[in-house]
Amino acid sequence: MTKHFLGDTAVLLGRSLRHIARSPDTIITTTIMPISLLLLFVYVFGGAIKSGSHSYVDYLLPGILLITIASGISYTAFRLFLDMKSGIFERFQSMPIARSSVLWAHVLTSLVANLISLLVVVLVALLMGFRSGAGVLPWLAVAGILILFTLALTWIAVIPGLTAKSADGVSAFSYPLIFLPFISSAFVPTDTMPGPVRAFADYQPVTYVINAIRDLYTQRPVGTGIWIALAWCVGILIVAHLFARVIYRRRIAW
Amino acid sequence: MQTTASQVPGPAIHVQGLLKSYKKLEVLRGVDFDVARGSIFALLGSNGAGKTTVVNILSTLLKADAGTASVNDFDIVAHAADVRQSISLTGQFAAVDEILSGRENLVLVARLRHLQAPGVIADALLARFSLTDAAARRVSTYSGGMRRRLDIAMSLIGNPPVIFLDEPTAGLDPQGRLDVWQAVKELAGQGTTVLLTTQYLDEAEQLADRIAILHGGRIIVNGTLAELKQKLPPVKVEYVEKQPTLEDVFLAMVGDDGKNDDAGDDRSGGTRN
Repeated sequence: MTKHFLGDTAVLLGRSLRHIARSPDTIITTTIMPISLLLLFVYVFGGAIKSGSHSYVDYLLPGILLITIASGISYTAFRLFLDMKSGIFERFQSMPIARSSVLWAHVLTSLVANLISLLVVVLVALLMGFRSGAGVLPWLAVAGILILFTLALTWIAVIPGLTAKSADGVSAFSYPLIFLPFISSAFVPTDTMPGPVRAFADYQPVTYVINAIRDLYTQRPVGTGIWIALAWCVGILIVAHLFARVIYRRRIAW
Repeated sequence: MQTTASQVPGPAIHVQGLLKSYKKLEVLRGVDFDVARGSIFALLGSNGAGKTTVVNILSTLLKADAGTASVNDFDIVAHAADVRQSISLTGQFAAVDEILSGRENLVLVARLRHLQAPGVIADALLARFSLTDAAARRVSTYSGGMRRRLDIAMSLIGNPPVIFLDEPTAGLDPQGRLDVWQAVKELAGQGTTVLLTTQYLDEAEQLADRIAILHGGRIIVNGTLAELKQKLPPVKVEYVEKQPTLEDVFLAMVGDDGKNDDAGDDRSGGTRN
């Protein structure tokens, strides 16, 4: 049965990608909020914020990218939820396919959709004057971190996708994730925040990820922070994946 | 139609002592039945009787608390993958992808069943279920009857020897029901074993070789229509003016679009041979 894993995943991935191609509004609604935030913070609040960078859009971009991913994965949960609710999920599970490929197809679709959204947001940032002198290698490292972060959040999204009772509940989980960058180094340096808030902001994973991405494309030394960022991503990925697997197995009577 | 295990052709479906509870609610309390190869078996019961639970257990979507069952001679627990290779399930709600076209749905299933030439298979089924004109349209634009036909067409891909139909005509208009009945009869004519659940008595009467009534978590009767009728009090003869039923009127007025050869005025409902 597992011999079909790759083929079945590819077929099901094709199916979900077709869904996205036919309703590109999911990409548009995913990117609208981050782009609005980008515009708002750069052109409205930005003048009053002392970020230490010479250009605020350069400072702001990593946080906006993480918000893009956090809002993108709510669609991952939603698509999975729709499949669970309609009979198609049971149809797949009663067929001679590799059963885990149903889940992996959703995960890979999430990755593709989020990468498209990220690209759209980066293009808008470039139009707004974002510039980086970094070469290919640092940018590949940025892409790697973003992919890892997307996968980690995607596996979190799989859990409500499998368990939610209503369409409203399924996307509610993403609100705290979208909010998390606000209490981090995404918009302002953390050193102006009062004690406990600053402590939280300094040590939460989003700050490490944001700082690592920012250091990479501004060609500053990344230090040990990048390893902590990677450790967070991998850790969340593994834990969320294990949880999702347990729930999935329970749902399909594996 | 190839039957995989040909050495000891037991019943297509064998169910013994099936138990299943959801928390404190005992849904199945010892269900036993056999379904002969190539026959149509109707599981009759009211809403909540546990018909879907039986079907889901047999199609390996759900684990029974106790009891054994085999489908096409494969144990549903020990050889679940072989069971899935042998069956197809048409659930209570049309399991179709709304965003894909009808043809894409069929191709998708053919690919997932790892068949050669999925496009050819899809086109043949579209023609057989009068969906060729709608092939390229998104399923979200289909009527309930078309959706059901597509759903059943998807279930036939790969010619599985055993087919489960869970309330295949729920929510269909009279014409849609006749279309589905016709498809089920054709299937059994080709040697496919069909287990269908229904709460419509006339559906069981029209289609099934054997009928079992699931009630209170057990099969309380199991037999052919004639056997079931014998269990009732003797027949009284009364003279009744034969009025056309509303269904007769409806179908006469709307016409049947020539989709159903035997669905005209002569629907006396003789059992298949």
